[in-house]
Amino acid sequence: MVQNSIYLDYNATAPIKPEVIAEVARVMEIGGNPSSVHNRGRIAKAILEKSRQSVARMINCRPQKITFTGGGTEANNIAVKSSGAQHLILSETEHDSIRQSEGHFSGTVEILPVNATGYVTPDNLSKALTAAPAHTLVSIMLANNETGVIQDIKALAEIAHAHGALFHTDAIQAFGKIPLDFRDLGVDMMSLSGHKIGGPQGVGAFVALEKLTITPLIFGGGQEVGRRSGTENLAGIAGFAKAVSLIPQNLQAMDRLADYRNRIEQTLMAHTDQVKFFGQNANRVGNTTTILMPGVLSETQVMAFDLAGICVSSGSACSSGKVKPSHVVSAMGGSHDEALSTIRVSLGWNTTEDDVTAFIEAWKKLFDRKHKG
Amino acid sequence: MSNPDIYLDYQATTPLDPRVLERMMPYLTTKFGNPHSTNHSFGWEAAAGVDVARPQVAQLIGADEREIIFTSGATEANNMAIKGIAYAQYPAKNHIITAQTEHTCVLESCRALERSGFQVTYLPVDNQGLIDLNELRDSITDKTALVSIMAVNNEIGVIQDIAAIGAICRNAAVVFHTDAAQAVGKIPLDVTAMNIDLMSISGHKIYGPKGIGALYVNEECPVRPLALFDGGGQERGLRSGTLSPALCVGLGSACVLAEQDMTQDAAHISMLAHRLKDKLQSALPDIQINGSEQQRYAGNLNITFDHVKADQLVKELRGIAVSAGSACSTEKVEPSHVLTALGLRKKKIDSSIRIGIGRMTTESEIDQAAHHIIHTVQKIRNLM
Repeated sequence: MVQNSIYLDYNATAPIKPEVIAEVARVMEIGGNPSSVHNRGRIAKAILEKSRQSVARMINCRPQKITFTGGGTEANNIAVKSSGAQHLILSETEHDSIRQSEGHFSGTVEILPVNATGYVTPDNLSKALTAAPAHTLVSIMLANNETGVIQDIKALAEIAHAHGALFHTDAIQAFGKIPLDFRDLGVDMMSLSGHKIGGPQGVGAFVALEKLTITPLIFGGGQEVGRRSGTENLAGIAGFAKAVSLIPQNLQAMDRLADYRNRIEQTLMAHTDQVKFFGQNANRVGNTTTILMPGVLSETQVMAFDLAGICVSSGSACSSGKVKPSHVVSAMGGSHDEALSTIRVSLGWNTTEDDVTAFIEAWKKLFDRKHKG
Repeated sequence: MSNPDIYLDYQATTPLDPRVLERMMPYLTTKFGNPHSTNHSFGWEAAAGVDVARPQVAQLIGADEREIIFTSGATEANNMAIKGIAYAQYPAKNHIITAQTEHTCVLESCRALERSGFQVTYLPVDNQGLIDLNELRDSITDKTALVSIMAVNNEIGVIQDIAAIGAICRNAAVVFHTDAAQAVGKIPLDVTAMNIDLMSISGHKIYGPKGIGALYVNEECPVRPLALFDGGGQERGLRSGTLSPALCVGLGSACVLAEQDMTQDAAHISMLAHRLKDKLQSALPDIQINGSEQQRYAGNLNITFDHVKADQLVKELRGIAVSAGSACSTEKVEPSHVLTALGLRKKKIDSSIRIGIGRMTTESEIDQAAHHIIHTVQKIRNLM
């Protein structure tokens, strides 16, 4: 069944690219612990450092800034908990891995609203920073996982720095969808994930200025310059680096995916004026749309699409069995009912025009059944 | 220069068993979904991989599948167990007991707790590498939050009496954690019979992949560890983050194979270890095996070659991969804390290497390695 399914949930996880699978398998067979000093260890170490260089090159930073982690969630947790911040400012539309840390953060937390477009406004950030104590960290994501809305991180980071605060951006959903330049963004810390860009699950990166004092979440052998101990997931890291090296392909494909996405939105709008897309007026990544089908619970929609052989999602894919209104839709001014009735469609490197057509037809059919039947 | 390429560093990492890789491949290719996407079939199929793997890990240690929390490795599991259990009881309890010979990640976690105001007792070991059970019993106070003692030592292979330690802790109603990264799949372990509350497991030490491990958390333990990472609330809220079904399946398969092959592996490894030891001892009668020879995992031989610098020996053995101390971050030049705890002088420590034998090691490799080690040791000694 799965073989014939249409997968439109790339923001949850992207299929691994064949080149990446080959690289993961190759490195798994090589083996070796990068910290061993013998020949086998040195070979492993060389793979590790070459991978670090590939990632660094793609995001325009020095390799020393990159700490490989077990994934994006860990990277976000390091940023929030390990930088010594005593006050945390984050946006209402952050991923759970940032939002949940609120309850576990040792200092105070302030949550910034977004406007109806989905943006954090510079004014709001300035106001919050003016009232903020010393040792403040601002964490705002680059591209939103549910709506694809892109924040003006460069401007927001400048504001934070003008107030002496640190700035972290969760760039997990932006990576591979828009060009990413660490130096140009001007942030202090950044999180990346492998499996959102066609790399393997179980690997990510925390990128940070060397001068920052990072108290690790994981202590031990002192790997990753002491920022993250534990034997490195070498095959995963090599696969991640391979996926990163293929990002130019992803970026090239983004225009095509944006055309697909726009076709979905235009066709559905032509079908009914009740449909709504959250973040439609914002600068967005090309592959994502958040679609409201009024009166139909997102869970019902997702199940119906699955029966039609199409995988989409209701909000983000996190722990199981949650039926919660989308906090992102609510933050953008969506009503409670609207937040319960939106789905996320996210396209990727393997999406075809036929997939998109099939989705559009299935959506119309479901809508007509619920509204005209 | 012509030394053969022989891997004898199984405590640093093990080669991936081809049978494990084979079982992982479908989860890298067609079954790639996010296991936490609960509403569509790609997610279900990926979750199915995780669901198959979890009881496989549990089975090997006599646990229930609900008690297995997947992590990125044993280091993370150890950090989560120690800091998570400690902070969960703070400030009512503020004392930790561990051993001087623990893995660095256990010791560093404890030092981090000390910086946060905890008291830590680092139990000494005797010259065999074993802790004194009476001393453990006497160290427990009503402030003790956790006892963390490893099962098999990574540097010298010595096996602590985990069942006895478990019984002492249970009697005192203190949470007991064991770092079993080097023990799981190699010696029989039963969390119930041994009264273990938390156990750390590693994939790449048992012929599975790197980047995956697990923490066993006893359902009946009155204390739940706090999470290191927050987020989507995966792993029953104890460990947020998208799981890698491929890696989980890799760990599960490695556990199945470990259980299935344990007797055979043990016989094979023990035979090879004796063979190597006999050959080395007959040519170099003055060598010393560090740590108890009785309470020991056979696949780990830590040997002192007097008047030979371990670094030089490792280097000159070239293709024969053995280790001087544990494989952690490279730049460290401190003498082994484990051998120090055994009471070895610095000179002896600097002359000790660890030889790790495993499932894939052959008799011919052992014979060749013995030949080269003997030859190289004699050569270095003659040059002095």
